[in-house]
Amino acid sequence: MRPVRVVEGRAVPLGRNDVDTDQIIPSEWLKRVERTGFGRGLFSEWRDDPDFVLNRPEYAGATILLGAERFGTGSSREHAVWALLDYGFGAVVASSFGDIFANNAAKQGLLIVRLEPAALSELVALVVADPARLVAIDVERLVVEVPDAGWRHAFALDAMTRERLLQGWDDIGLSLRHEAEIAHYESRLAAETPVARLAAR
Amino acid sequence: MAGRTLYDKIFDEHVVAAPEGEPTLLYVDLHLVHEVTSPQAFDGLRLNGRRVRRPERTLATADHNVPTDPPSVPVADPVSRRQLEVLEENCAEFGVTLFPRGDANQGIVHVIGPELGVSQPGMTIVCGDSHTSTHGALAALAFGIGTSEVEHVLATQTIPQQRARTMAVTVEGRLAAGVSAKDLVLAIIGRLGTGGGAGHVIEYRGEAIRALSMEGRMTVCNMSIEAGARAGLIAVDETTIEYLRGRPGVPEGPAFDEAAERWRSFVSDADAVFDAEVVIDASTLSPRVTWGTNPAQVVPLDGVVPSPEDAGSPEERDAIERALAYMGLTPGTPLREVGVDVVFIGSCTNSRLEDLRAAAAVVAGRRVAPGVRALVVPGSHRVKAAAEAEGLDRVFVAAGFEWREPGCSMCLGMNPDQLKPGQRCASTSNRNFEGRQGRGGRTHLVSPAVAAATAVAGRFAAPAEVAP
Repeated sequence: MRPVRVVEGRAVPLGRNDVDTDQIIPSEWLKRVERTGFGRGLFSEWRDDPDFVLNRPEYAGATILLGAERFGTGSSREHAVWALLDYGFGAVVASSFGDIFANNAAKQGLLIVRLEPAALSELVALVVADPARLVAIDVERLVVEVPDAGWRHAFALDAMTRERLLQGWDDIGLSLRHEAEIAHYESRLAAETPVARLAAR
Repeated sequence: MAGRTLYDKIFDEHVVAAPEGEPTLLYVDLHLVHEVTSPQAFDGLRLNGRRVRRPERTLATADHNVPTDPPSVPVADPVSRRQLEVLEENCAEFGVTLFPRGDANQGIVHVIGPELGVSQPGMTIVCGDSHTSTHGALAALAFGIGTSEVEHVLATQTIPQQRARTMAVTVEGRLAAGVSAKDLVLAIIGRLGTGGGAGHVIEYRGEAIRALSMEGRMTVCNMSIEAGARAGLIAVDETTIEYLRGRPGVPEGPAFDEAAERWRSFVSDADAVFDAEVVIDASTLSPRVTWGTNPAQVVPLDGVVPSPEDAGSPEERDAIERALAYMGLTPGTPLREVGVDVVFIGSCTNSRLEDLRAAAAVVAGRRVAPGVRALVVPGSHRVKAAAEAEGLDRVFVAAGFEWREPGCSMCLGMNPDQLKPGQRCASTSNRNFEGRQGRGGRTHLVSPAVAAATAVAGRFAAPAEVAP
């Protein structure tokens, strides 16, 4: 994973609650065996509407997506994260997230920022008033800023996720530091597993 | 010291390492794999020169993408076909047991795990699918993971986890006749909301839960994720033990009794404390139908389509208006007056033998209403064979239903079983999201019995309304 220290750029307000991962990337896209190219499928049903916010020229090239309550609920499909990254987003700001989505995002270096509804509303209002203004999210200092408006707000991120983002650490490598403990745990397990029993029949 | 919850017992037993300031590393007893969320994970292993650490703890099947035509019919869509081939290639290369399309053990991953007896009490079970919570009915800690985590589990047989908060959902009293596990879980989600269980593992308990069959318990645990909870659990009792007896993955004879004795410990202690508690009175519940575009937008079958005026906040009003527009519904319309185009009986929520029996009992001797397409997709080949042995297939076909081959099918519309834009469907599946069953499709979640009655009536109906 590449390190993530700062995500900055234009922000685009999606402004809907309960955006599920079926909306982020519809299931017809899940047949692919590659990890790239999912950006074209991002919100593809909503993008059919010319007035949909991602189709509006003033938000072109945005790198930060502003959600609302419960962003990324439903299906575990990591394709939702791949689609957001492939489209060009580096961060999603919302007041709450689906658990599996947030986990997947952390693994891929898509920055997940939780802001309480009042702060999120302020940020959305600033962006709506001037879509061209720059928003910056700093992982080291844990702040969201709109420099030209003098607006800033802190956010929380657990220490491990923050460190993993800053260092670009790979989870598998981190876990394999515990190879001896895994082997020790396995030494206590019964030799015959249910799958082996089934496969032997 | 206070007693421990079932969740804490399973979590504690699987700790491999608990490094300071990092998530706990948990051992994974069983990893279920399917074609959609695994190809990029196997690719990752290849890129890094890694192997599958424990093939004997990994089991794969093809379910999401498979057509429900007979296996002799080739897969028409080249992208789907390629994905199924890639699963076969990956399983062969990495030594993973696979039940491919047409195999006697193939089926929806959350149907075959329990029915083959590979999902067992006290286990940790993961799968790249959010409905992995289903296996919690067997008192296994089971949850969905993303593809990066699939790769992680393949490589290490472990998963880093923060300990979740615990929530007890206690369902007191008994469900009335004609009220099913599906109606119960839809009512629970309506009460909790789509985010009410976030960050929690739910343990379902109480008299009504104890009275459910294992298959009913699977229906309840299956939809935990629709309330935001990654996992649902139900403690072991004799119903659990008897369900497992004789299944292929389970030991026999004295070894079974030994295993059963151990399994009986997978219950919450009497003095265990949960972080949150919700109590529901089962006796007040009636059949449910979702009207909107998330599973918490649910009303009784006797009810009416809600109005934006009922909203408690501007956001909720907006959500109701958006859902009404997508679903093509007018506030105040009785659900019983809403006609359907398609009826789908299937999915990891409701495609087991008891579900098919409940639906067949309603349609026996009746006909699907003119203009309605009705299909039954058994959850697995074993379910299909058992249903055919009882003659359920003939009941469905005589009534005008299609009797199809196992798979996820129209639950998520990845195969050719899809709604057309604007079509309205009574579905026994788990998600009524926009476009879930096909672009522009309108999904209403119901129980198998209500789905069957709706097929006969051509509009939402209870079984009693279509009695001869």
